[in-house]
Amino acid sequence: MASIAGKKSGLTWAVHISVAALVLLWLFPTVGLFVSSFRTADQISSSGWWAALFPAEQNEVYRTSDPDGTRVADGGQFTVTGNIFEGEPRDIRSWGVSSRDVSAYQPGETADMGDGESLTLQADGSYVWKGNDKQISGRGQRVFVTATVPPEFTLQNYATILFSGTGQDNMGKAFFNTLTVTIPATIIPIVIAAFAAYALAWMEFPGRALLIAAVVALLVVPLQLALIPLLRLHLAVGIGKGYMGVWLAHTAFGMPLAVYLLRNYMVGLPRDIIENAKVDGATDFQIFTRIILPLSFPALASFAIFQFLWTWNDLLVAKVFLIDATGSTTVMTNQIVELLGTRGGNWEILATAAFVSIAVPLFVFFAMQRYLVRGLLAGSVK
Amino acid sequence: MLSDNPALLGLFTIVIGVGACLAYFFFSNVFIDKVLFPARGPNAGRNINRANMIRPWLFLFPALFALTLYLAYPVFETLRLSLTDRSQGGAFVGLANYRQMMNEAKFWEAVRNNMLWLIVVPAASTAFGLLVAQLTDRIRWGNFAKSLIFMPMAISFVGASVIFKLIYDTRAADQNQIGVLNAIWLKFDGGIGSVIFLQLLPTLLLLAFSVVVAYVAWTFVRGIVARGEDKSLWLLPLRLLVAVGGVWLIWISLNSALGVWITDVPYGEPQTWLTLPLWNNFFLMVVLIWIQTGFAMVILSAALRGIPEETVEAAIVDGANPFQIFFKIKVPQIMGTIVVVWTTITLTVLKVFDIVFAMTNGQWETQVLANYMYDKLFRANDWGVGSASAIIIMLLVTPILVWNVYNARKEMK
Repeated sequence: MASIAGKKSGLTWAVHISVAALVLLWLFPTVGLFVSSFRTADQISSSGWWAALFPAEQNEVYRTSDPDGTRVADGGQFTVTGNIFEGEPRDIRSWGVSSRDVSAYQPGETADMGDGESLTLQADGSYVWKGNDKQISGRGQRVFVTATVPPEFTLQNYATILFSGTGQDNMGKAFFNTLTVTIPATIIPIVIAAFAAYALAWMEFPGRALLIAAVVALLVVPLQLALIPLLRLHLAVGIGKGYMGVWLAHTAFGMPLAVYLLRNYMVGLPRDIIENAKVDGATDFQIFTRIILPLSFPALASFAIFQFLWTWNDLLVAKVFLIDATGSTTVMTNQIVELLGTRGGNWEILATAAFVSIAVPLFVFFAMQRYLVRGLLAGSVK
Repeated sequence: MLSDNPALLGLFTIVIGVGACLAYFFFSNVFIDKVLFPARGPNAGRNINRANMIRPWLFLFPALFALTLYLAYPVFETLRLSLTDRSQGGAFVGLANYRQMMNEAKFWEAVRNNMLWLIVVPAASTAFGLLVAQLTDRIRWGNFAKSLIFMPMAISFVGASVIFKLIYDTRAADQNQIGVLNAIWLKFDGGIGSVIFLQLLPTLLLLAFSVVVAYVAWTFVRGIVARGEDKSLWLLPLRLLVAVGGVWLIWISLNSALGVWITDVPYGEPQTWLTLPLWNNFFLMVVLIWIQTGFAMVILSAALRGIPEETVEAAIVDGANPFQIFFKIKVPQIMGTIVVVWTTITLTVLKVFDIVFAMTNGQWETQVLANYMYDKLFRANDWGVGSASAIIIMLLVTPILVWNVYNARKEMK
């Protein structure tokens, strides 16, 4: 028995470790983007984001203060003292006075620059620079230091992307455009689909089974097929490219899933309640609004999340039905793709823009995950 | 004025849209109950019946209208467009568009890549999903782990593309790499570590893959000769198809396993991952696998929970080890769900557009059908060929469509 128990705990450890490894692997990409969005352009291009979490060694160039006015005479010798770091202290690892050898000396050592000129630098940046009249004059001595810099993060990128940026760098407008697309495109299909789902679940009429089969079939029709015919239609009836078109398109494209999910849920509601209500003289409309709708809340919430995520994250439908040549109605996904083209190397802009667009769905996801899971389980055709 | 302020316009639309829907449903009901077929007078009984015959269609009308106009009609309209030529004023040209498409190298590249996507992404997502579902099944922080792996489902394809573009980023050799893949790549120098991780490990994985494929193919082929199997004639083509596909996959993986040892690997040079032909397809697929694994995990995890406890306990009593329990007891019982997950991801793969569009836009031999179609429709403005390629996507989806309808009908009976 003991050996079995021992084996089991070994396996349990293996399970814990593999799950932890998988979770880290899956989180790693998103965390990378998240961390990058808080770094300056220089930081991003000088080191990988994973280095940002730890104090980093950085090569920097400083100058001692200019001797004129600060030098102190002592016989034929002149001395300048001070600290090369103004304000933010660092921890010097090594330093040098020539760009050819930037780490020639350890902190506390004295660099001999010939003809009696010398510089002593401590780890905290304080220095003593000595030499004759000619040497200690003009500009301050250059000092190359390799210092450990504590992790530094900035909110500047977010300020740029959301408020102060110009042109493509500002996502404020696109954010509101996305919101304008998303909310009606989430709410309207729910209302329409709920009535249809009720009819398919609880009303008797010829052709019902056929209609349900048709909904299941339409569930998988790729929306690629709808692009050209519908764009032509929209242009022909005068809707053109704009919010109205994208709302209609999203409403219709979400319809099969909405009807399917809601019907499956409503059909499982207890028959007694509905029949009792009918006996009491309630009309179908009353049964629907007073009984079915409140009871179907979980299914409605599931679909609402799906539709919200799908419309918020959508690129194709917006490109085809919404965004016209002026680009004033651009949505965030489209703007990010454009940024990828024009500012491919500016990761501070890209990462922040992407994270702004990801943040809202992530919040919804974590807040309402329960309903999302339920919807997934009900929505995949069994 | 209203159109100047999209937020206000949106609010207005919600109110009008929802209000109009509710008003439609309410007043149309009132209309047939009170005006058209009033439930009083000499014909009260007949009228109630008639009203009840019409009412379902009142409830269904807006949804049916949307479904018909926006999903059913376009299928036929696209089919018609694929047989016409826009530059000739929409004249009927027969199969000319299809012929033109078949003569394009870019189309065949898209087909080849789509096939790769169709094999790799559903298989990898389902496998990872199943692995995570099984591993997290019995541990205390399983739900927390699952919700983190599920998280990419909420991230847009475009957002995910940015995330992975950062991972695949390349800098010149004398600079610090900021893309993690290159940073790891530069750690390999052709020493023992490289042999283990870049040659031995992939070889073992490929061999294991071949064995799995051989096993699956054999379970299908066995039916032709073995007794007690369903020998229906219509299954024969399917069995043969799986056998041929299996042999092809094994051939490819064994070939690649050999290739791992004979290819000259450019150690120490940062790679521009998205421009390496063939490989770049896999780097794009990783994005979708990363997203879809959570989906597979959620569904398979629920299926695993639904397995009757007794079957597992009986296996334990009989002395089965954890691996036997998983492969011989659990997996067979959730086979139906695995197929569902597989087909659902297959549908997503067939429609994949955003990832390719955002990351490579089909350059460097990464074209896929959906992006090829977009190219034709909106860049080349060639509606004929664009529609033809859309029809190809539809044809690929059709078997799943039929299978889903068949299953849904079976379930309803």
